[in-house]
Amino acid sequence: MAFIDRHAILEKNATLLLAASLLVVMIGGIVEIAPLFYLQNTIETVQGMRPYSPLELTGRDIYIREGCYLCHSQMIRPMRDESERYGHYSLAAESEYDHPFQWGSKRTGPDLARVGGRYSDEWHVAHLTNPQSVVPESVMPKYGFLMNNLISPTYIVDRLNADRMVGVPYTDEMIASAKADFMAQADPNADTTGLLARYPKAQVANFDGQPGISEMDALIAYLQMLGTLVDFSTFTPDASR
Amino acid sequence: MRSPRNDKQEVETTGHSWDGIQEYNNPLPRWWVWILLATIVWGIGYSIAYPAWPLIKGATPGLLGFSTRAQVAADIAAVDQANAALTTKLASADLTTIKDDPTLYGYAVNMGAAVFRANCSQCHGAGAAGNVGFPNLLDNDWLWGGKITDIAYTVQHGVRNEQDPDARYSQMPAWGEILQPEEIHQVVNYVLQISGQQFDATLADAGKQIFADNCAACHGDDGKGNRDVGAPNLTDKIWLYGGDEATLTKTVTYSRFGVMPAWGLRLSQAQVNAAAVYVHQLGGGE
Repeated sequence: MAFIDRHAILEKNATLLLAASLLVVMIGGIVEIAPLFYLQNTIETVQGMRPYSPLELTGRDIYIREGCYLCHSQMIRPMRDESERYGHYSLAAESEYDHPFQWGSKRTGPDLARVGGRYSDEWHVAHLTNPQSVVPESVMPKYGFLMNNLISPTYIVDRLNADRMVGVPYTDEMIASAKADFMAQADPNADTTGLLARYPKAQVANFDGQPGISEMDALIAYLQMLGTLVDFSTFTPDASR
Repeated sequence: MRSPRNDKQEVETTGHSWDGIQEYNNPLPRWWVWILLATIVWGIGYSIAYPAWPLIKGATPGLLGFSTRAQVAADIAAVDQANAALTTKLASADLTTIKDDPTLYGYAVNMGAAVFRANCSQCHGAGAAGNVGFPNLLDNDWLWGGKITDIAYTVQHGVRNEQDPDARYSQMPAWGEILQPEEIHQVVNYVLQISGQQFDATLADAGKQIFADNCAACHGDDGKGNRDVGAPNLTDKIWLYGGDEATLTKTVTYSRFGVMPAWGLRLSQAQVNAAAVYVHQLGGGE
């Protein structure tokens, strides 16, 4: 035990103790941080993923603002019962453009990773306005006020740029047409050729059925897109995961 | 496992002395130390056997070749295989005669109940009694038909959705853009009359002609509806959105456009058939 006994050298020499502590903390840091530089290798190659459209991104911000993630996860785990209820298990690629991701592990409400297209827009309006009107046993609060909050794309260019700064591949074209795309997605009569070329599978509708673009429009646009992007017919799971 | 008693000075000190303060050198309990060492050995073994260390091109796969994704695929395949005979039979079954095969019928009802709970109950209610805007499936009032094949078609293709070109489709005009408010008032009173509610006779008389000119094409001369276009029967007491004067006025003025997703795009053929069988046996099936 002679070597162990030498801790006295460290303990009696403050500078040495500081340097050694730093070394130990650095090992922990490297173990935790270094793998993040190679994070890309955990993301599957899939067909169909795209950045969020301006309206969906706005809806996503409302989702985060209202704390939806506190009760709803967005990650279907690889278990049979989950795939029976929610659909194919979630892929890392499906959260590729999430800043921050909404995986979560708290399910007071159901998982929302593949809620897109499952219900009609009308159902979402009825359900957000008064959840108990369609699901009597629900404990979800009412979000009807979202319909009264009209929104405009004033800051949407900055918002897209902020995401681009952290690595979401928004093109110059997407940024330039962000305001127009924002307006077009909530207007069934708009020319959406450009929008759908930039953001395939985006749902275009007057989601809340009311004039003007409300926060509810944005939130439903986001919800109706969730989990619908990846083309699973072209996806082969990597067996080593 | 007994630890040495310090007060009897049976334990040595660490040998340090700071301002006369000394520290006993009590060893950790042996059992604790051994468990610590065992977990370290276990951890090393585990990280060799199972996927663990993140490397530049991916994580180490582990000697056992375990994979959560392969496991869930195997789990799903195992259940699918166990039910394969019945599921295949159900997918291609003639639904009108499915009751003749009690095993298959029982399987379909149970599978349909599970499909219903996971996918349909959010709109139609856990007990299938419906909600405002989402039809009750227990009664014998059907918008698009209550035969089992009609129900299966509705489940498969949905109603007024944009995903399936074969979806059931019809659109009631927003009469507020066509009729005058007074005319709407009159026709609403006529609907109140034929549905056996309190109505204003003068208004209803005038409304009768407006109904014949505008509404009868879909809802029928007698207002009993037309399942080919999903036009509801207006003479019964069953209402999708409400049968009071205010709600009827809103329905006529702005129209309604209830959408149901095309479940054929999401569920397997066997699941669609099972849901139809389940809904059909709830009470209203024809």
